[in-house]
Formats: sequence, C-alpha cells, structure tokens
Amino acid sequence: MNSVELIGMISILTAGGTIGFGAPLTAIGEGIAISRAMTALAQQPDAAPTITRTLFIAVAMIESSAIYCFVVSMILIFANPFWNHVIQTAGGQ
Amino acid sequence: MNITPDTIVYWQSGGITLHATLVFTWLVMLILVVGSWLITRNLSTGTSLSRGQNLLEILIDGIQSQIEEVTQQNPRRYLPFIGTLFLFIVTCNSLMIIPGFQPPTGSLSTTAALALCVFVAVPSFGIASRGIKAYLNDYLQPSPFMLPFNVMGEVTRTVALAIRLFGNMMSGTMIAATVLAIAPFLFPIFMNVLGLLIGVIQAYIFSILALVFIASATRSHEELLAAGATPVEVTHTESTHTKTTDPEDGDRS
Repeated sequence: MNSVELIGMISILTAGGTIGFGAPLTAIGEGIAISRAMTALAQQPDAAPTITRTLFIAVAMIESSAIYCFVVSMILIFANPFWNHVIQTAGGQ
Repeated sequence: MNITPDTIVYWQSGGITLHATLVFTWLVMLILVVGSWLITRNLSTGTSLSRGQNLLEILIDGIQSQIEEVTQQNPRRYLPFIGTLFLFIVTCNSLMIIPGFQPPTGSLSTTAALALCVFVAVPSFGIASRGIKAYLNDYLQPSPFMLPFNVMGEVTRTVALAIRLFGNMMSGTMIAATVLAIAPFLFPIFMNVLGLLIGVIQAYIFSILALVFIASATRSHEELLAAGATPVEVTHTESTHTKTTDPEDGDRS
C-alpha cells in the first residue's frame, strides 16, 4: 500500500469518524439543554422570552461543536492538504 | 462540488481576482443600500405608510427591542452596528433560495471579516463607555493569573463566531447539492426551507452573540456584582425612576 492510498483511506475513515462521534454527542447535549428549557417553560410561562432567547444562544453554542466536526470532515474530504501535497509531488515526478 | 464560493472565479487580472464571494457581497450591498435609499427617500409621518416604510419600521423596532431586552441599556448606541450585521447576514442567507446565488456567508473570508468587525467593536465600545483603564482591568479580573485565559477567550470566541456562521451556511449549500444528486424531485425543497430557517436563526445568533460580547465589555464585573448584591436591584426593574437614579448612586460611591 503506497502513501497515496494510505492517506486517502485514513482521511475518509477520519472524516466519517469525526462526524460519527461529533454529531450524536452534540445531539445528546442539545437534547438535554432543550428538555431543561421545556421544563423551565412549563414551570414559568411568564419568563418565556428570556428562556427562549437563552435557549437559542445556548443551542447555537452547543451546535457549533458539531459544526466544527462537520467543517473538519469536509476539509478532509474536499480540501485535504496532505492529499493535495501527495498528488502534487506524484505529478512532479 | 466546491465548499466555498471563493473558488468560483469570474474575472482575473494581475493580482486581482473577482470571485463569487466578492460579486455576491456587492450585490447584497447594492440591494440593501438602494432598497433603503428608495424607501427612505419619501418617509411620511402620517397615518398612511408605504409598504417599504412599514417593513423598515418593523425591522428597526424589532432590533431595537431585542437590543434593549438583552443589554438593559439604551439601544441607540448599538443599533447601527448590530442592525447592520443582522441585516447583511439575513439578506445573504435568505437570498440563498434564488438559484445561482452563492451566499457570501458560505465563505470563510466573509464570516472572518464580520467576526473581525466584532473583535474590534468589543474593545471600542468597552473603552468608549468605561475608559481604557477600567476596560483593561477587566482582563485581570478574577486574578492576574487569568490574563492569558481571558485573552485566549477573546480570540477563540471570535474564531468560533466565524466558523459557526461559515459551517452552518456551507452545510446548507452542501446538503442541498448532495440531496439534489440523490433525490432530485421535491425533497430539495424541504431542505431549502430548512436552510432558510437555519439562515435566519444564524443571523439572529450572530448578532445576539456580538451584542452579548459588547454588552459584557461595557458593563464591568463589579458593577454587575454590586447590582446583584444591593437591595436596590429589587426595585430596579419595577420602576423606571429608580432605574435612572441607580447608576448615579454607583458613580458617587
């Protein structure tokens, strides 16, 4: 197995693994946050605007960790610097 | 498939490249500026308003009330900056449904530029409202050992702001492209609707987060602690009279 195949294989596996771990864990975290917010809303409907706004901000904050995973896997698949380097050096030979 | 509109080049000469991000940013700027100019050209104070004036009044009123709720301060100071951020991002994101339009916010260059504006605006507003000494003192706040962490936090939250908007918008266009290849009929419409929703929410999140950062820079740590500890706080929200006298008490002591 030469380095091109190795880099391609590891990149794709890592891209899948990044999303595979990042997305579910983030989803669990978001689920906990939203369920707490629902409880708070049921107990204090008067505070709905504050709770909703805080929930939006909190969920966006949590969501960004999933987005980081997504960005990393997209870079690994579509704009992989190691892959480009290997392809360039192979073309130069 | 390209993950950023930076790679779509329309015109290139010398060191200047005219790529899709730049072109569509100009288009959005043109829409916003010309639209506002056309509407504000003939404003009326009577009971009959034009449709455009109604739209602008609702927008400004909504943004103002949101700013007031979050910061508990006079919204006029923050309205130009926060309102511009929100309107630009929301226009970019919601024009995404037009075929052929590449949202400029789907490029890391645009979002990094917007986040840099926030990065500069936070100390500017902080220093303008409290003075440079009080603002810099905030970095040493719990103890001087926290200085590197405070500086790091300042940088990482700016990076996070840029990556969040970029990732969300990029994922929207990527998902649309992928779904188009798998199930080209009807299903992409639902993904586009979801993309619209995400676009508006992300514009809201970006501007609210910028506002929260700015508001935390303009209000010092002790001020918040004092406001929470003194019994004045109980009446603080009940009547506007004590609200106006409260900061003066803080200044005298």
